[in-house]
Amino acid sequence: MPARLRGRGLLRYLPLLPAVLLLLVFLAGPVFWAFQASFTNTGLTGRHARNPEWVGLDNYQRLLLDPVFPLSLGLTVLFVAGSAVLGQNLLGLALAVLMRRARRSVSALVGTAVVAAWVLPEIVAAFAAYAYFSRDGTLNQLLGGLGMGRPDWLYSWPMVAVVLANVWRGTAFSMLVYRAALNDIPTEVAEAAQVDGAGGWQRLAFITLPMIRRSIATNLMLITLQTLAVFTLVWVMTAGGPANASTTLPVLAYQEAFKFGDIGYGTAVASVLLLIGAVFGVGYIRLLREEKQ
Amino acid sequence: MTAPARASRVAPSSGTANPVRPRDRRSSPADVALLVLGACFVLPLLWLVLASLDAGAGHETKVPAALTLDNFAAVLTPGLLLQPLWNSLLLSAGTATVTMAAAVLAAYPLSRYRSRFNTPFMYAVLLGTCLPITAIMVPVYGLFVQLELLDSVPATMLFMAATALPMAIWMTRNFMDAVPVSLEEAAWVDGASRMTALRTIVLPLMRQGLGVVFIFVFIQAWGNFFVPFVLLLSEAKQPAAVSIFSFFGQHGAVAYGQLAAFSILYSLPVLALYVIVARGAGNSFAMSGAVRG
Repeated sequence: MPARLRGRGLLRYLPLLPAVLLLLVFLAGPVFWAFQASFTNTGLTGRHARNPEWVGLDNYQRLLLDPVFPLSLGLTVLFVAGSAVLGQNLLGLALAVLMRRARRSVSALVGTAVVAAWVLPEIVAAFAAYAYFSRDGTLNQLLGGLGMGRPDWLYSWPMVAVVLANVWRGTAFSMLVYRAALNDIPTEVAEAAQVDGAGGWQRLAFITLPMIRRSIATNLMLITLQTLAVFTLVWVMTAGGPANASTTLPVLAYQEAFKFGDIGYGTAVASVLLLIGAVFGVGYIRLLREEKQ
Repeated sequence: MTAPARASRVAPSSGTANPVRPRDRRSSPADVALLVLGACFVLPLLWLVLASLDAGAGHETKVPAALTLDNFAAVLTPGLLLQPLWNSLLLSAGTATVTMAAAVLAAYPLSRYRSRFNTPFMYAVLLGTCLPITAIMVPVYGLFVQLELLDSVPATMLFMAATALPMAIWMTRNFMDAVPVSLEEAAWVDGASRMTALRTIVLPLMRQGLGVVFIFVFIQAWGNFFVPFVLLLSEAKQPAAVSIFSFFGQHGAVAYGQLAAFSILYSLPVLALYVIVARGAGNSFAMSGAVRG
């Protein structure tokens, strides 16, 4: 009887099978393959493509000695901190707060503009950003009109250009999250504070922000993960250059694997990225669990 | 009129002498701030539109000397645009269909049966949503080489479905939770099996939610550049995202107008789909399915 019950219990979960197979083969598989391949000298072509050899920690040792890796790690931190944690997060919050005070038509119009940059296919957004920041692009037209210099952003300030481009591209997500969060705050709370004489900034700092702190934490985790994985925007705008000046980790992994044909070393870089992602992913899940309890 | 009003608000002593103002008066500074921010978001897109209508387009944003549709005519050829768009459609629709089928099947036991197994499974799936996909592209390439799946459209489709699946399972289960079990019970009494009840009772009731999930996955797949860029090698199979990059990577310096026209034609379908989701289901509705879990 218990055996039959267990059998029926498992059978009931049979519909889960296609999803589990897909996830195991195409997501879990590559993750494990990555950690395993990062200990080999797998190549893109040639002898080491068919018969890779176990090289132990050689790839990781190379990571530590390679001057490009710490640079790339630093650029990734700069990219995430600048464009996600500061840029998208604060701008998204500012937009959401302003939208509650502005006229309905204005906030709908601006909301559409912000969301448009986010909904566009990433390659199109990347082309538009490339044109905007190029030497004779729109940004320099504006700066020239104001009588300022016209630097070549993509060569002289590549990180500034990709950070700003990613703020432009991704702020819509934070804006939508914060708009939903602000809508959940009962209006009586804000009104009570206003009657007590709290100014706009005080209400924001002491009432609104504490009340949406969960959304802030969740949003920070998610945009950090999204920004860690950005490849196309950087690849189209600067291709990691000039001279590695904007080589974030995804670009570095791609270059090592496909440009220099060293899959083993490329997966070692990818493994580091996966570990960083896993840390933030686990943090995000813990946040959600706390929220449920 | 507005200047003194603003000054009094900035003064720290405003305190109790600060009655609740009528909504329209305090809205104007917020309106202006929002419009300025919105303009920053529109500027890069403005180039895209103006350049597509300009025969002599470059990087700069300018009103064309003569409006022309020549750029659109130039890219509207079977080889350049229609074949890649068809490939995109095939890849995105296939991905969305596979994802939906697997997600609906998986969501049913997760939504309807109580088991200790459900919660850990859902958190494992959630961790899957956090995986930086760009980080696993190098290992996925290695895996595809070993399994001899490189340049295979079905395999690429399955991989893209697997990457979209975690989010799709979460959203689908949330939508399914909203359909009361009591409606199914009547069908069981009539002798219908669980799967028949799912097909005839549950799915029609959650079709709006399913539409949201399908369109979400479709938009993601349509805009995806990196995955087909790495996994599909022959030009005849590549979707528009990749062909636009390889064509204009080679000829872009002379044909910015065509690049812009191509980008617009390629973006229109997802913009239209997004409008359908936002109109029909509401942003917050889709976001709550996606973000809150």
